[in-house]
Amino acid sequence: MALMTQVAYVSATEPVVAQAEKRFRAASLVSRVVLPIVVFGVITGIWYALSGLVLNARQRFMLPYPHEVVKVGFLDWSNFKDTMSALRLTCEVTFSGLAISIALGVAAALLMSQAKWIENSLYPWAVVLQTVPILALTPFLSFFFGFSLTSRVIVTVIIAFFPIVSNTLFGLQSAEAGTHDLFTLHRAGRLTRLWKLQLPAALPSMFTGFRTSAGLAVIGAIVGEFMFKQGEPGLGTNMSVYTSLLEGERLWANVLTASALGITVFVFFGWLSRRVVGRWYQSDRS
Amino acid sequence: MTLVEPQTETHAPALSFTGVSKQYRDGTVALTDADLAVAPGEFVTVVGPSGCGKSTLLRIASGLDRATTGTVAVPAHRVGYVFQDATLLPWRTVRRNVELFAELDKLSKDERQRRVAEAIELVGLTGFEKHLPHELSGGMRMRASLARSLVLDPDLFLFDEPFGALDEITRERLNDELLRMFQLRSFAALFITHSVAEAVFLSTRVVVMSGRPGRVLADIAVPFDYPRIPDLRYTAEFAALCGEVSHHLRSA
Repeated sequence: MALMTQVAYVSATEPVVAQAEKRFRAASLVSRVVLPIVVFGVITGIWYALSGLVLNARQRFMLPYPHEVVKVGFLDWSNFKDTMSALRLTCEVTFSGLAISIALGVAAALLMSQAKWIENSLYPWAVVLQTVPILALTPFLSFFFGFSLTSRVIVTVIIAFFPIVSNTLFGLQSAEAGTHDLFTLHRAGRLTRLWKLQLPAALPSMFTGFRTSAGLAVIGAIVGEFMFKQGEPGLGTNMSVYTSLLEGERLWANVLTASALGITVFVFFGWLSRRVVGRWYQSDRS
Repeated sequence: MTLVEPQTETHAPALSFTGVSKQYRDGTVALTDADLAVAPGEFVTVVGPSGCGKSTLLRIASGLDRATTGTVAVPAHRVGYVFQDATLLPWRTVRRNVELFAELDKLSKDERQRRVAEAIELVGLTGFEKHLPHELSGGMRMRASLARSLVLDPDLFLFDEPFGALDEITRERLNDELLRMFQLRSFAALFITHSVAEAVFLSTRVVVMSGRPGRVLADIAVPFDYPRIPDLRYTAEFAALCGEVSHHLRSA
């Protein structure tokens, strides 16, 4: 009798587990694929409502219908070609700015992690750099670096630099006191401690910083292009031009392209982070 | 007839504290006038209420902290230290974690590999070399932490409540295994715990400390021979000794 109930119990639980598994997979499909599509639909709907109901025909250049943006901005070959060559240039500015930010930011954080007095003297200036109104720097930057690529990259660095410094520094200081004791007990030098303890411990938050800064670098590149319009046009240059020409369709095509670039770099760094530290660091995994 | 002197006094102690006091910068007095010595081959356990400076004792012995007054002598060459938490590096596999101290002490690669394999086998983690800490149970993490120190073949082992966070079954099994290692490697051990039964089961001597500021209240020899079998815990003599230690603790 006892055996019977046990057998019944076992055979009854297995399908329940399988069902739960199935329900879980279905739920994750809904939340990962279906919901974003629904949100996309809602946003497109709001866009249509704004252009169609709020704006009249004369005002519609500010926010043309989505299908007009696609038709004029992306399906017209010569406009599309312009946007793509601007995208290429914006990518150049974004990635060189981001690379410089990462190199300088990590170097600065490493320096600050070595002594409290270095941190105390440098960190406030990183904060100042972050809060400085970029527009006010236009004359100053153009005087030294001209109105073209170099100045755009510098604007990108100013905007993308801070999250890398703050996240890397936080990460370098995040190793537990107990693990520091291990290195102290065995008389590990600064470099050993840095290389074998602090840097690996810092990786997860460094990647958080990279990801935040990657998004900011796109914004920085566009702001830079907005301010420094000499030379080849980037997406920001285009936006500024189309704004003054009242060409809403091409303006919004460039805006959408820029945000696609932002999303791409953000997703890329998320992927890279999971590849590098995902095996041992569980943060945003359920 | 010639009397043979017992061997214990012929060696210098692996660790000795004479009149050691510790006052922290905030004014807290953690230890007052502590005298304690651990001879080679001895397993000394310190029990006492929370905050009586037991951990301070180990931090001073290992050099992580300095005594305010008194003399500390640690002639032992290789000191192992097992913390309350396993303190494994989460990005390193079991094998690489066990290798850490040997790496920091700059042992050659071949030597490291040989010792790591040996230590992993000794703590019963064979087959888990490539696992990461978060994939292990609490007991297994503690085993890895033990192995990390065993690699250096210490002649003095400091244990800071290593099994305090484990369930009783795991704790008793690890106690048995620790004693097996103690016999095999014959290190001197200074062990800290809250558990009276654990103290009596493991040790050659149990030292009872008072509450803050910590002082040594009693020093009780444990007469049971090694190897000690798990069922020792259920004998009348064992219970009587536990009672004696508890009695001193209550007066602490």
